[in-house]
Amino acid sequence: MVPEAVAAYSKTLELVGNPSSIHRHGQHAKRLLEEARERVASSLGADSREIVFTSGGTEGINLAVKGLYWARNDDHRARIVVADGEHHATVDAVNWLVRSEHAVCEAIPLDEWGRARLAVAAEIFSHSPRSIALTSFLWANNEVGSVQPVIGLATLAAEHGIPVHVDAVAAYGHVPIRFRDVAEAGVNALTVSAHKIGGPVGIGALVLARETTVVPLFHGGGQQRQVRSGTQNVAGAVAFAAAAELAVARLDDESVRLSALRDRLIREVLAIPGSKLSGPVPASITGLGYPATATRLVSNTHFTFEGCEGDSLLLLLDAAGISVSTGSACQAGVPEPSHVLRAMGRTEKEARGSLRFSLGHSSTDDDVDALMAVLPGAVQRAMRAGYSNRNVSNSTPAL
Amino acid sequence: MSGGVDSAVAAARAVDAGHDVVGVHLALSRTPGALRTGSRGCCTIEDSMDAQRAANLLGIPYYVWDFSERFRLDVVDDFIAEYSAGRTPNPCMRCNERIKFAALLEKALDLGFDAVCTGHYALIVTGADGTRELHRASAWAKDQSYVLGVLTADQLAHSMFPLGTTPSKADVRAEAAERGFALATKPDSHDICFIPDGDTRGWLADRVGARAGDIVDRDGNRLGSHDGAYAFTVGQRRGLQIGTPSADGKPRFVLEVRPKSNTVVVGPKEELDTSEIAGSRYTWVGRVPDDPTTPFDCDLQIRAHADPVAAVARVSTDSTVPELIITPTKPLSGVAPGQSAVIYVGTCVLGQTTIDRTSRVATVDHPAGC
Repeated sequence: MVPEAVAAYSKTLELVGNPSSIHRHGQHAKRLLEEARERVASSLGADSREIVFTSGGTEGINLAVKGLYWARNDDHRARIVVADGEHHATVDAVNWLVRSEHAVCEAIPLDEWGRARLAVAAEIFSHSPRSIALTSFLWANNEVGSVQPVIGLATLAAEHGIPVHVDAVAAYGHVPIRFRDVAEAGVNALTVSAHKIGGPVGIGALVLARETTVVPLFHGGGQQRQVRSGTQNVAGAVAFAAAAELAVARLDDESVRLSALRDRLIREVLAIPGSKLSGPVPASITGLGYPATATRLVSNTHFTFEGCEGDSLLLLLDAAGISVSTGSACQAGVPEPSHVLRAMGRTEKEARGSLRFSLGHSSTDDDVDALMAVLPGAVQRAMRAGYSNRNVSNSTPAL
Repeated sequence: MSGGVDSAVAAARAVDAGHDVVGVHLALSRTPGALRTGSRGCCTIEDSMDAQRAANLLGIPYYVWDFSERFRLDVVDDFIAEYSAGRTPNPCMRCNERIKFAALLEKALDLGFDAVCTGHYALIVTGADGTRELHRASAWAKDQSYVLGVLTADQLAHSMFPLGTTPSKADVRAEAAERGFALATKPDSHDICFIPDGDTRGWLADRVGARAGDIVDRDGNRLGSHDGAYAFTVGQRRGLQIGTPSADGKPRFVLEVRPKSNTVVVGPKEELDTSEIAGSRYTWVGRVPDDPTTPFDCDLQIRAHADPVAAVARVSTDSTVPELIITPTKPLSGVAPGQSAVIYVGTCVLGQTTIDRTSRVATVDHPAGC
């Protein structure tokens, strides 16, 4: 968390009062809450009334996807169109709707850079659009950093009257987000999370256009436009707002700083034999033209290492004090081969040897130095260890 | 670290002894249950969390490694294949032989570790000349050296068993409680880890399918029928469902399982007497004996909790492949091919063989005084 958010959080925790209460303590709390709401709205180019505070990205995604589906679901609207490579919150929510609520899911495939294929999306949307309940896609992919053609996809969907939800959790703070603009193109709902921008875990927002109806997940006090019942998290909202303002104010400078750091990291890692970058290639790396819309998040790098198992690399780096990600881990803690890489056409073997190195507000050249001091050796060792499913046969006795 | 109390205490002792310890939980199933159901089975998500909690308490890193594919091929598929071939496998031996002290150990060594440490009750004794020997645990009742009988010298060189000196399970639990482990009172897991409800016959039936066949006596007379020969084990008495009692009124036992004809042969108890055991898939723990072709005295154990019996063993080169032939001094009753015969000299584990065949007749004379 950024220090400003920590300070705001702690200070507000001393506050007494439920913002829904009518007495003066409640009114004071309400005031702080609504000020925070305005500041978060401003950071997203949205109207205050469009901000619904949630417990985070997962809730926001569930509220939007299930909420839009249920609001639109009569017998004729059972199709949900979702891009490949979405976050598990989207994938699992949709899978549940398929299993339990008679939904049918259709996927917009990704290209080799991890971007949704617009032409295929156009085809899917135009085929019997009245049977589509909603479409949902990432603004930027959290694993491989590919920035999606948001306006393009939203415009196509809107042409056919299909509501659009955008998962902006990974994009927030790294690319400018103006809800006003994307709403005009056709976006109805947009999810963000505070802890991705230096705010606390436990709070996020669903930006919901005024005219858009969702069936709520929680029923109770009817707070937040009847959309999200429950006592509102004032301290969380205030900390969220502090982080949001800072993230937006620093966005331009941080973009320059982080993209330079990112590009340096990419160049140095690619010098390791067997390494391969996943996702869009930044211009400064190739010096060649690449599709204009295939930009990459400034904070994201993702590589595969041939012949290595991700968990071997993670252990070796962890032992050296460097925390990295292999992608998502299942509940048991086993690293899983990335479904995003598979959607981009990589093999399962390639997907097993992947690592994501993310950068953020506290990242410096020293961090990249520390990584590069350890990574080449770790890759060598991991290559020796190979894959867990390799055959290790016992030797036969001498006699 | 399985999430059980033994491996947790073993890890704790390794930490206390000054070793640089990392806790690893083996994911052996692609579809683990969320919660442990009773004391059967193993490796649910709950177990993983118990193991992680113990590792956290010890301040050691904790990781989960996925060997589910290797496990399926080397242990589960082998289990099915062995039963289908009329043998009775021991999957825990195969797991030790191919996963825990092979795939896992190899990965650990490649990543820079020196040894795999487990909560098995066994002792490693280092001789004056530096060779390592595997011995029974101090407490006979908890001894698990049998299932470690498959280890080779190389594997033993990279193994650690801190629990070998503990007098009893109660002591381990007490130590766990003292150390603050919540899993101190967790029940032990029994049965086969990939058959959590203990119904081996049902589990096999689901995978091999039902195939009706005959139950016959030694003369070939048909006595009854069964749903699949794979479900029977040599020495088995229950579940024969023959209907009519034997002529002499004595109980019948499974003498032989014949997968090709899907036939089960039954007969009286005396016919279960085994005077000789042989196997071509044998290994030595530690060094190979100086001249294994000359018969030598040893103790034979054919089940994890069976008492050892005096025997004579030798390696025979009579057939096309060398065989370890073990002759118990007195006949043993009901030895099933596919099981492991582990041989000891005193408390020291010499080696083992997977049993290929048994015989009622010994091919070697017992040395005098044996």
